[in-house]
Amino acid sequence: MAGEDQIALYRQMVLIRRFEEKCAEMYALAKIGGFCHLYIGEEAVAVGAISALEPDDYVITAYRDHGHCLAKGADPKRVMAELFGRQGGLCKGKGGSMHLFDVERRFMGGFAIVGTHIGLATGIAFGLKYQHRPQVVLCFFGEGAVPTGIFHESMNIAALWKLPVLFICENNRYGMGTPVERASAIYDIARTALAYDMGHSTVDGMDVLAVRDAVIRVVRDMRNDPHPYFLEARTYRYMGHSMSDPAHGHYRTKEEIDEQKKRDPIHVFGRHLTDRRVATAERLLQLDQEAQRRVQEAIEFADASPPAPPEELFADVAS
Amino acid sequence: MTELLYREALNQALREEMRRDDRIFLMGEEVGFYDGAFKVSKGLLKEFGTGRVIDTPITEAGFTGVGIGAAMVGLRPVIEMMTFNFAILALDQIVNNAVKIRYMSGGQLAIPIVIRGPGGPSRQLAAQHSQSLESLFCHIAGLSVIAPATPRDAKGLLKSAIRQDNPVIFIEGQELYSIKGEVPDGDYTIPIGRAEIKREGADVTVIAWSKMLLMALRCADRLSDEGVHAEVIDLRTLKPLDLPTLIASVRKTGRAVIVEEGWEFCGVGAQIATELNHDAFDAFDAPIERVTCFEVPTPYAKHLEQLALPTETRVIEAVKRTLYR
Amino acid sequence: MPKLTDTMTEGVVIKWHKHEGDRIESGDALAEIETDKAVMDLEAFGAGTLRKILVPDQSTVPAGQLIAVIAAPDEDIAPLLAEAGAASPAAARPAPKPPAATPTAPSTSPAAKPPGRPTAPPPSSGIKTSPLARRMAEEAGLDLATVTPTGPGGRIIKEDVEQALTAKRAAPKVSEPVYEVRPLSQIRKTIARKMTQSKAPVPHFYVTNEIDMERALTVKAELADREQPIKVTVTDLIIRALAVALTRFPQFNASFQDEGIRYHQSIHIGVAVGLDEGLIVPVLRDCQSKGLIQLAEEARLLFERAKSRRLQPDEYTGATFSLSNLGMEDVEQFSAIITPPEAAVLAVGKITQAPVVENGRVAVRRRMMTTLSCDHRVVDGLQAAKFLQALKHELEEPTGLLLP
Repeated sequence: MAGEDQIALYRQMVLIRRFEEKCAEMYALAKIGGFCHLYIGEEAVAVGAISALEPDDYVITAYRDHGHCLAKGADPKRVMAELFGRQGGLCKGKGGSMHLFDVERRFMGGFAIVGTHIGLATGIAFGLKYQHRPQVVLCFFGEGAVPTGIFHESMNIAALWKLPVLFICENNRYGMGTPVERASAIYDIARTALAYDMGHSTVDGMDVLAVRDAVIRVVRDMRNDPHPYFLEARTYRYMGHSMSDPAHGHYRTKEEIDEQKKRDPIHVFGRHLTDRRVATAERLLQLDQEAQRRVQEAIEFADASPPAPPEELFADVAS
Repeated sequence: MTELLYREALNQALREEMRRDDRIFLMGEEVGFYDGAFKVSKGLLKEFGTGRVIDTPITEAGFTGVGIGAAMVGLRPVIEMMTFNFAILALDQIVNNAVKIRYMSGGQLAIPIVIRGPGGPSRQLAAQHSQSLESLFCHIAGLSVIAPATPRDAKGLLKSAIRQDNPVIFIEGQELYSIKGEVPDGDYTIPIGRAEIKREGADVTVIAWSKMLLMALRCADRLSDEGVHAEVIDLRTLKPLDLPTLIASVRKTGRAVIVEEGWEFCGVGAQIATELNHDAFDAFDAPIERVTCFEVPTPYAKHLEQLALPTETRVIEAVKRTLYR
Repeated sequence: MPKLTDTMTEGVVIKWHKHEGDRIESGDALAEIETDKAVMDLEAFGAGTLRKILVPDQSTVPAGQLIAVIAAPDEDIAPLLAEAGAASPAAARPAPKPPAATPTAPSTSPAAKPPGRPTAPPPSSGIKTSPLARRMAEEAGLDLATVTPTGPGGRIIKEDVEQALTAKRAAPKVSEPVYEVRPLSQIRKTIARKMTQSKAPVPHFYVTNEIDMERALTVKAELADREQPIKVTVTDLIIRALAVALTRFPQFNASFQDEGIRYHQSIHIGVAVGLDEGLIVPVLRDCQSKGLIQLAEEARLLFERAKSRRLQPDEYTGATFSLSNLGMEDVEQFSAIITPPEAAVLAVGKITQAPVVENGRVAVRRRMMTTLSCDHRVVDGLQAAKFLQALKHELEEPTGLLLP
């Protein structure tokens, strides 16, 4: 991968990291309300996977969607404005954190009901195949969604009809407060795909290049010959499930988190870049500062964006 | 005009629309090779192939999700529920996705999906196969619900439903599929949201839809023998409700009876009654009457099933109550 | 309106002598005012221009209310007029200024409310009715209280209103006497008030006269002696005599009402009939147009029905004058109580043989005492005396009774 492309990956990851950190702050200041699920620690999955796509490929995910939305190229200003509930937001403030949509960039939404979007991903893939289009759809979900009925129905349909959907399970080990061992009969989530005779593999979700490589291969195959694939990305979230959930002390120990932080995907990748002399430490710092600046601009934009007028309440219900 | 069976009228609607627009596809259980559980899709697989007439596994949630996802990338799905009892399994997809995506995305996506199938009880199909769930769907903000009672209305309304860009629940009737009726030739549509006065009268307004419309008409015949002339209104579309037509009628008659196969509590009739009461309060000489299924699951035994559901006698009695007879 | 007498509470401006714009000198007669005692001139208390006349001729105005303004030609009298306008016209004194009426703030409807929804109708008065029936009654000007409900729980329904409207159109006014109302004059109003104060509610006074019944009884006997006997009682003769007298003195065929005295156009005489359990008063209708024989026949049948308690309601209601005869009970004289809303009642005693001085010689003649009880709000002593004289004349010169 070209050096500048790798730096682009780093830039993306750091933008997401700084953005999410700021979200935590904004939430504490009550500028963001409701539920807010942060992607901190999982950046490598979204960035790695989405970097393997063409701009006109589709991405759909659940409620932990800020990272995927930004990785797909959404303007951080419009994302932050959406989180603030303002007119300048991607959805005019009517979606919120869990329902970011940027259809122009083929980011087809965040969804709040666990597993529900997996059915939609299958449908998108169906629609693409129906129209003989070369695009594919990436469907991200957590391991907590794997036991749902809709997951299985969708996997079966995708495999049966050979639909071009890549199911990416972001196994961050915890479905809210429940570790995967207590929710799933199988620990190796990827093996679920066996039930559908579907191709599958597991990848280190903290390694952005590994994720990217895995997705490149799969998507290339998928375009030539439509079929679904299941990729388990083993990752970790450093924050709680959502802002309402403590990072540690409840179902995780601080020690565990600290241990995991040693594998922070951004630090790991940064070391990789400096080791390979793709970037200097200063450059990385610059990128970080650039990210912080962009996030600050996003906050300023969001603050200045007015709330949508009352008539907006009745708009977009139906045509 | 041609006399067609209700199911034939639907078949024609599907066929004509699918010919018109190749973004339209039909998906559901047994719709293809089986020619449809109730033969509504007979011959469609033959004409359009497996790419556009798609048999599914028994996965209402799954294939409804597929339909919605397909709509997100520009297709126009018609999803068949073998019966609307099974739609309960797809409620998350319908309620949380189909109806909400346009709004949540701030208008970035439209979901032009038609979910159709037979609703309501048939004969001794027992509790899980006999439900009238239209009020569940009517309750969801942003969802339209259509329930035609005649072949002509079925064809015209299905076309309208397919052509518009919002999610629609299209409720047919197992007992209706084999009724005959005159259907105009050629391409025609019937507007969504317009009720129709199927029979004029000045003494009482009887409001019904789907199978109950036919019962209402039979009751009107019997009542006219006794000198009571009922005006029978077929709602055709449950939501949006054609309130002006209803109000004009009750202003004429001063009395209303609503007949529905669903349960009484929070049935569609409750919404109609409250709107009429509010907007035409001083038109009424008597309280609005409703004839509904009793508050029981549908029993298997024939006589019990008949007891549970509206009967002509109950409708006629309700009419007479409004006349203080 | 000045208080011109000590008892005056209101006055009538009979006629203005001056006009708006006229120059007034102190002492000028501005208008003719009728008080409770007399008609007087209203004199100007000061000089100036008569700027405004507030009440027209023939207005009744409470004492103390503003009726005109005299002021300098360019003086601002608007505040004075405003105050007068705000004062309640019914008050005896200038009423305290009521709070200025504030227009209600227009209600802001929320954006969500769908347009064109009709507002709720006004609250009911406690009568149960279907909304349609209420509207129909309102539109027809029909008082729901007069409608008989047939709906459940006493609900008035459309049919009931239709019924009431049909009945209203069809029903003729059967037993209501036709009358003409003459408004009370000030004097009359005062008398009414004063008499009531001393003998509420009907201020009675009584006038007695003795009637010589010789000739009347002769007529009675002659009628009975004919080949085809005509049976006429003393009561019948009195009824006929009353009919004649009431025709000449219509104020005794009247009723006191607050808005004026009702002069009934027909004479319906009620005759008291005693029963074991009490009194019933069958009514002979339209006595003014019936001769003695007809009255006698009707009376006979009526009294029979009364005694056997077979009277219909319209046969014991609607009297405009009443007669009570206790002569057969050996009563010489008594005073009856007026049956409201009649103005008078005649009480008749027994016919007795009494010595009478005639042309200087004592004769024995059959005599009868009559006592007329009168409503002093309607008639006075002098009128009562004259009425009794007329009655007496009819009975003492009875040939007139035989006329049709």
